[in-house]
Amino acid sequence: MVDLIKRAKELIESSAVKVVIGYENGTGNRTRALFVEKTEDADKLIFDSRCIQNLAAYVTKREVKDKGKMAIAATLPVMRSIIQLASEFQVNDNNLLVLGITPESKLIEFENLVEVETFVHQYQIEIDARNKEMLDRLDNMTKAERWKFWIDELAPCFKCYACRAACPMCYCHRCTVDFNQPQWIPVPSHELGNLEWHIMRAIHLTGRCIDCDACYNACPLYIPINLLTKKMMLDAREHFGGYQPALKGEHLMSTYKPDDKENFIQ
Amino acid sequence: MNIDKRLVRKDSLEKLFDILKQNSKKIFAPSTKNGKISFRDAEKFSGIVTGYVQTSQSSKEVAFPRTEKIFDYSKSKDGMSVKGIDLKDIPEVILWGVRPCDATGIGELSSVFNWDYKDEIYNNRLSKITVFGFSCNNSDEYCFCTSVGGNPGNTEGSDILFTQTGENSDYLAEIITEKGLAIVSLAPDLFEITNNIEKNKFLAKVPVRFNHEEIKEKLDKFFESKEWIEQSLRCIGCGACAYVCPTCACFDIQDEAHGRKGSRVRCWDSCGFSHFTLHTSGHNPRDVQSQRWRQRIMHKFSYMPERLSVYGCTGCGRCSRACPVDMNILEHLISIQEVTV
Amino acid sequence: MAEFEPKIVAFVCNWCTYAGADLTGTSRIKYASNVRIVRFPCTGRIDYMLLLKAFDEGADGIIVSGCHPNDCHYTSGNFHARRRWIMFRSLCDFTGIDTERIKFSWVSAAEGAKWADIVNATVASVRELGPYSEYKKVAKYPEREVSHG
Repeated sequence: MVDLIKRAKELIESSAVKVVIGYENGTGNRTRALFVEKTEDADKLIFDSRCIQNLAAYVTKREVKDKGKMAIAATLPVMRSIIQLASEFQVNDNNLLVLGITPESKLIEFENLVEVETFVHQYQIEIDARNKEMLDRLDNMTKAERWKFWIDELAPCFKCYACRAACPMCYCHRCTVDFNQPQWIPVPSHELGNLEWHIMRAIHLTGRCIDCDACYNACPLYIPINLLTKKMMLDAREHFGGYQPALKGEHLMSTYKPDDKENFIQ
Repeated sequence: MNIDKRLVRKDSLEKLFDILKQNSKKIFAPSTKNGKISFRDAEKFSGIVTGYVQTSQSSKEVAFPRTEKIFDYSKSKDGMSVKGIDLKDIPEVILWGVRPCDATGIGELSSVFNWDYKDEIYNNRLSKITVFGFSCNNSDEYCFCTSVGGNPGNTEGSDILFTQTGENSDYLAEIITEKGLAIVSLAPDLFEITNNIEKNKFLAKVPVRFNHEEIKEKLDKFFESKEWIEQSLRCIGCGACAYVCPTCACFDIQDEAHGRKGSRVRCWDSCGFSHFTLHTSGHNPRDVQSQRWRQRIMHKFSYMPERLSVYGCTGCGRCSRACPVDMNILEHLISIQEVTV
Repeated sequence: MAEFEPKIVAFVCNWCTYAGADLTGTSRIKYASNVRIVRFPCTGRIDYMLLLKAFDEGADGIIVSGCHPNDCHYTSGNFHARRRWIMFRSLCDFTGIDTERIKFSWVSAAEGAKWADIVNATVASVRELGPYSEYKKVAKYPEREVSHG
């Protein structure tokens, strides 16, 4: 990605930013995050279809943020994450510059986050066919079958919290699962501990998850935990309308409408 | 004990499996689920997978479960009562299909669990495990057992080591321990007398990538190096590396209390987590990820050899394969070796 | 074997349902004694984790109740709660948790009779459903029995 390398060099050289977050070739056939602080390192920057890690997870990481103003090579899911993070006051125009990468793999410059938001809003968040099929399959199951499905799927989870660490929205310094007074969620990775951890994770991401699949991609055991957040996204869309991260606007789960509809409260 | 070498026909493995089952042995063997190969309770021989370089999780869980009850307690008018777990309930297990790097890992785990206090539950579990090692016929770029003193046909830690002598061929079985002999005595016909088979030519070729003694020496002077910060910048601080590792032994003690009754549980923990060393006061001696990453490497390559005379790494490469952000331990060790202090 | 007596935990707000339940008592309306009431300042404070905790500890059914819409002592606590319940209920349903066992209701301080009806109806329907053995199995209940002392 020649444009990106050129732009990264300019930004570092002019001290416009202290660090450019992008991708480089990793080991095996993998790619990984690269933090460019010196112009010569910019030559390692790459971009291709293997670059799926959500780099927005780094903009709230203390060790990265402390370096000073950041620029980030951002694909569509990364841009969505950044808008959501900005609406939660985690990043702003003063500490982050977005170097957008369009779905056509073109570099696109943004003056500020408002422009990023406008760009992002051109695209709906769509669930891919394979996951849609899984969700339909689950919807058609009986309650008992769904219970069995999740107890079985979550059984191997050993609570390494890679899903949490890889998620840009999980930036809390102290996660609910780490609280022990009271102990909300059992620490051991037994059936109950795993079930409640994943329910908690899904609820805390409701209205905030932008469906980048970082959690699923990070899971060393391929547990389809992204189905939980996807389902929450679809249901939130159904109940409360639009689902797009927005700079100014009400957070789905911390707001209400007096005429919210339900059919189960007696 | 001298290692006894026998020949096991390819078709005999299934017979061996059935005989062990008839002797009501529990067999944990690698099987596939969701595209991941892990050790699971094997019902049928046909479910066992072969040809894998490495299982996604190590076999350590059989000796050191991720969650394990240590005792139950209850409080009444007469005071407190504590009931330990019944060690007799721990089953006899055959660990089938263990790679030599995992088998050596058992020895390293044992050194931790017997360092000062002899961990009764761990030792009991271990005493009931018979390890069927399977030498590696192939390897990948994440493997580096030869750099930490192992090799793809290492007998250490196995009770019987099977080496397939060519694709789709028979197996050389090396009977290493008394436990191994006990298995042979259950099915003596399946272990045929053989001429000396040269197993080395059938083993995977894993090049030596670094000198672990040199690394150890370097680490002693490396504590304050900036290298740690550079290496760990992309680390997101999850526990995937520790949880797939065959030698990581850190655990957390939890009380699952309910009213006046409860259980004390031991569960895995990881030095990669930011709260691992958090003090009650709020102070955290390992406050940033670079300090935690340093701890992981130092513990395995400096502290363990110093205190327990074993390396805390068997070169299985699982942590690198499992890492969601491509923290490759081999790459980082090589760069530590190359840095001039 | 003794007949199954469901254990029901009720999470209620201080200003409406708790006062309503009080009225049920002072009006001498009889209702099932299977319910244990936990009082909260507002339905907005009723964390969904509390509901899961109730199941962990062996509840067979749960009632969550507060002020009618527009009647919240804090103006909007119940509106926030309603949104949360909508999403939580759908997540429970998706993970196979039995939503039939969780009853949500609005009971005002004047509705003593409605509270008795809600409790009686919940006890009857949970009695029909039987003990929540699926969750208890996962939570290893009653291996760890709860004492009330």
